[in-house]
Amino acid sequence: MKSKSFVSINDLSREKILSLLEVAEKFEANPNRDVLAGKIVGSLFFEPSTRTRLSFETAANRLGASVIGFSDAATSSATKGETLKDTIMMVSSYADVIAMRHKLEGAARYASEVSPVPIINAGDGANQHPSQTMLDLYSIKKTQGTLEGLNIHLVGDLKYGRTVHSLLHAMRHFNPTFHFIAPSELRMPEEYRLFCKENNIPFTETTEFNEEVIANADIIYMTRVQRERFSDIMEYEKVKNCYRLTNEMLANTKDNLRILHPLPRVNEIAQDVDDNPKAYYFQQAQNGLYVREAIICDVLGIEI
Amino acid sequence: MSNEKKLAMQVSALCNGTVIDHIPADKLFAVVNLLNIPEMKHNVTIGNNLDSKKLGKKGLIKIADRFFTDDEINKISIVAPNVVLNTIRDYKVVEKREVKMPNEIHNLIKCNNLNCITNNEPMPTHFVVSNRDAHTLKCRYCEKEVNINDVKLL
Repeated sequence: MKSKSFVSINDLSREKILSLLEVAEKFEANPNRDVLAGKIVGSLFFEPSTRTRLSFETAANRLGASVIGFSDAATSSATKGETLKDTIMMVSSYADVIAMRHKLEGAARYASEVSPVPIINAGDGANQHPSQTMLDLYSIKKTQGTLEGLNIHLVGDLKYGRTVHSLLHAMRHFNPTFHFIAPSELRMPEEYRLFCKENNIPFTETTEFNEEVIANADIIYMTRVQRERFSDIMEYEKVKNCYRLTNEMLANTKDNLRILHPLPRVNEIAQDVDDNPKAYYFQQAQNGLYVREAIICDVLGIEI
Repeated sequence: MSNEKKLAMQVSALCNGTVIDHIPADKLFAVVNLLNIPEMKHNVTIGNNLDSKKLGKKGLIKIADRFFTDDEINKISIVAPNVVLNTIRDYKVVEKREVKMPNEIHNLIKCNNLNCITNNEPMPTHFVVSNRDAHTLKCRYCEKEVNINDVKLL
């Protein structure tokens, strides 16, 4: 019953990451390829995520597949108490591949064990969102020409931010230097600092976010500092505007610097940054389409 | 006379079977339950709070005519990592084994993460030892790490 699934970025070797990025490049050159004609992609969003769902469904459509599924657990039989296993078994009898988002951590891994068709993890709670990580890597490689030896500044919520944790894991193959910039309440957890040490990844850590700190950055990866993450609301009020990137701050940054953000953005990137050529977050989201096309083809064993 | 010698006198020597020794006193009943001893029909002797140079107080279990596979016995390491297992045949210790934490632990411990799928679906748990020296395990599903001292048995 084992099929080839895409569950966690930690499963991917350096070679695998690079080969997926190469295929994604081909899709960027030509996103419309009819390689999945006659196939059905199951799109199971037990938890709503419009952005990710539209990206996966667009990828499926551009590959010539049809899409079935649901966009919210409220419209699935999960609300009637059906187990995840039963839902997966049912859908896998219709679909050739399943992309799923679930609020519980490990849901995609479990689904991949019970499903006869490949599972693509489109996010499992606070655990993994590996297609997001792949599009982050794609964006970094595309804008910098390489993944090797870059200065990557992670800013904002580094405690709960799933995207920054996965990015850190994935970048271990490519000799990065990390700079963690976060309020002390949302600092990078010990587990990941330890991970850096074990993998000989140099990093710095600061609570200050200013021009000086970002002067040598190749990539600034912004995340949202959310009010609900703070146990002390006063603490939130104190820091909420400290991790805001403005156009002014970019004046003396490196030419190759690009700013990434997993979106949605609220106010952590000022609107005036949008027109700066160093802003890359909208193209970053668009790159998601190409990497998702590459991932769908990969799990189905289709060569491009 | 030491408590150990007294126990040896009070309990008939084992002809064939297994002696599980050096169990920390406060883990004895966890080990008893883990090996499903209450369900066993074999002749079982359980001793606890015996003096031990190594542990201060220790527990000990003798089970007649029952032998354990490595898999069975390695489960014990989850609650008591340094237990010693003696296999007795014809009144002699023919083998002494120290239990070793297995690389993977199937359906024995609960994931501490309430948002983990294993706590919400009728399914077995599965942990992988992530760092033997630091005694950390990683849930195969939610990928959260946990220290062996913080886990609860299912």
